[in-house]
Amino acid sequence: MTALLAHADPALVFARRGGREISVGAFLADVAGLAAVLPQGRFVANLCQDRYRFAVGFAAALCRGQVTLLPPSEAAGVLAAVLGGYQDVYALTDLAVDVPVPVFAYPGHLLPVACENPAFPPDQVAAVLFTSGSTGTPAAHPRSWGLLVSAAASAGQEMAVAKGASLVGTVPHQHSYGLESLVMLAWRHGLVLQAERPFYASDITSLLADLPRPRVLVTTPVHLRLLLAEAGGLPPADLVISATAPLELALAEAAEAAFAAPLHEIYGCSEAGQLASRRPSRRDEWRCLDGISLRQDGSATLVSADGVETALGDIIELSDSRHFRLLGRNTDMVNIAGKRSSLASLNAQLQAVADVVDGVFTWNAAGTRLEAFVVAPGLTAENIRAALRGRIDPAFMPRRVRLVQSLPRNPLGKLTCAALTALQAAV
Amino acid sequence: MIGETLQSSQEAELAALIMKTLNLETAADAIDPQAPLYGEGLGLDSIDILEIALAVSQTYGVKLRADDENNTAIFQSLRRLNQEIQSRRAV
Repeated sequence: MTALLAHADPALVFARRGGREISVGAFLADVAGLAAVLPQGRFVANLCQDRYRFAVGFAAALCRGQVTLLPPSEAAGVLAAVLGGYQDVYALTDLAVDVPVPVFAYPGHLLPVACENPAFPPDQVAAVLFTSGSTGTPAAHPRSWGLLVSAAASAGQEMAVAKGASLVGTVPHQHSYGLESLVMLAWRHGLVLQAERPFYASDITSLLADLPRPRVLVTTPVHLRLLLAEAGGLPPADLVISATAPLELALAEAAEAAFAAPLHEIYGCSEAGQLASRRPSRRDEWRCLDGISLRQDGSATLVSADGVETALGDIIELSDSRHFRLLGRNTDMVNIAGKRSSLASLNAQLQAVADVVDGVFTWNAAGTRLEAFVVAPGLTAENIRAALRGRIDPAFMPRRVRLVQSLPRNPLGKLTCAALTALQAAV
Repeated sequence: MIGETLQSSQEAELAALIMKTLNLETAADAIDPQAPLYGEGLGLDSIDILEIALAVSQTYGVKLRADDENNTAIFQSLRRLNQEIQSRRAV
């Protein structure tokens, strides 16, 4: 059994919200209060936007033995596809959401219930994360309490996280990275969780500047690039964590200088969660977190976590079972702003649009966003965009929709990279 | 004269900045100044919004801030965004 919180004393600060402090004792009382009123159900989709409420909801679900589902996006089509496969499920929300299951609104006022720090068995399924399968149907990846705890313990130790540090994140907590590096890191290292998720660069810097040190910022390469481009300098931090996409060494070094703090990168995948970390300014090599090991079988790299093996899409050079270099990312994987999908699943969604005869997604020339080539007599680019909007996350919306007569498929019906590149160059 | 659906010259300048920043294919003068920029309409996502916020900060010296729970309220239209920038610029 492992306790929910590593905070030593109920009087310590657990979270800050709108400048107010919420103690560990008040948080535990909210958890017990919410657990007492949550509806029956095996599964709860926790859609709370406020990070404190999300944490209360996640902990209350653990107390009730309910499994938390974390849909990757709030797009109505994505919610329907993810939750459609579940019975005995409800959604916990703090804002109006269009969701096809019964909704339980986070109560405006919770009756606090006195509560000790609860503990849960390691094999209890805590959460389910989702990836989009090659057919467009979401694939579920359960995460046990034990694995979440051991990965958070190991990541925090590797990055030398200081107890009591202020924790701010620019990433959503409904994703693997946010769940692990915000909620789990705060719970298991006694950090102070910030309820707000700052959005604009100036919101991030002013929020950070107002918080007591030590300060930890959980962010992505996209946010780091935008923060560094803003005039006026950045407030000092004590640790910066980046994940979701590889960070250029120059950007990592610039961020360390601007925040006067070490920057650690985390490597993971939605299937197995966080796997390894490194400080890019010090070493290129990744070290696996405790409980994680890798092996190779032919060209495939398999990661073992929680007794389950998962094939990694990326091209990896192993030094030994716990150290590796990342040589390249899988070309089918699409990862934009922390949202993951695969080209195969996006193509399936595009081809399912009425009156689309054929279609394919591809990276734009800059390699930053997607574009689409579509065969659809009678449709305009705007028609196609409108049809895609409800089906896929906005991050994957094609920057350009190119209508073409046909796609250069080979006799086997495949589109080779060379043929696609030639098509991109021709239009 | 600036009509309800015609861009003013300030709005046209801002529309051109958005198109250049995001490398979009839509013609800048085709943006309806009253149509939403986020989600529907132009279909921008949150990273686009951050990119535009940076371009606005570098071009106009105005740092966009979230003033309520809805981070993207000022992106509800080109007109609303332009008003926000011009009013903050004047102070």
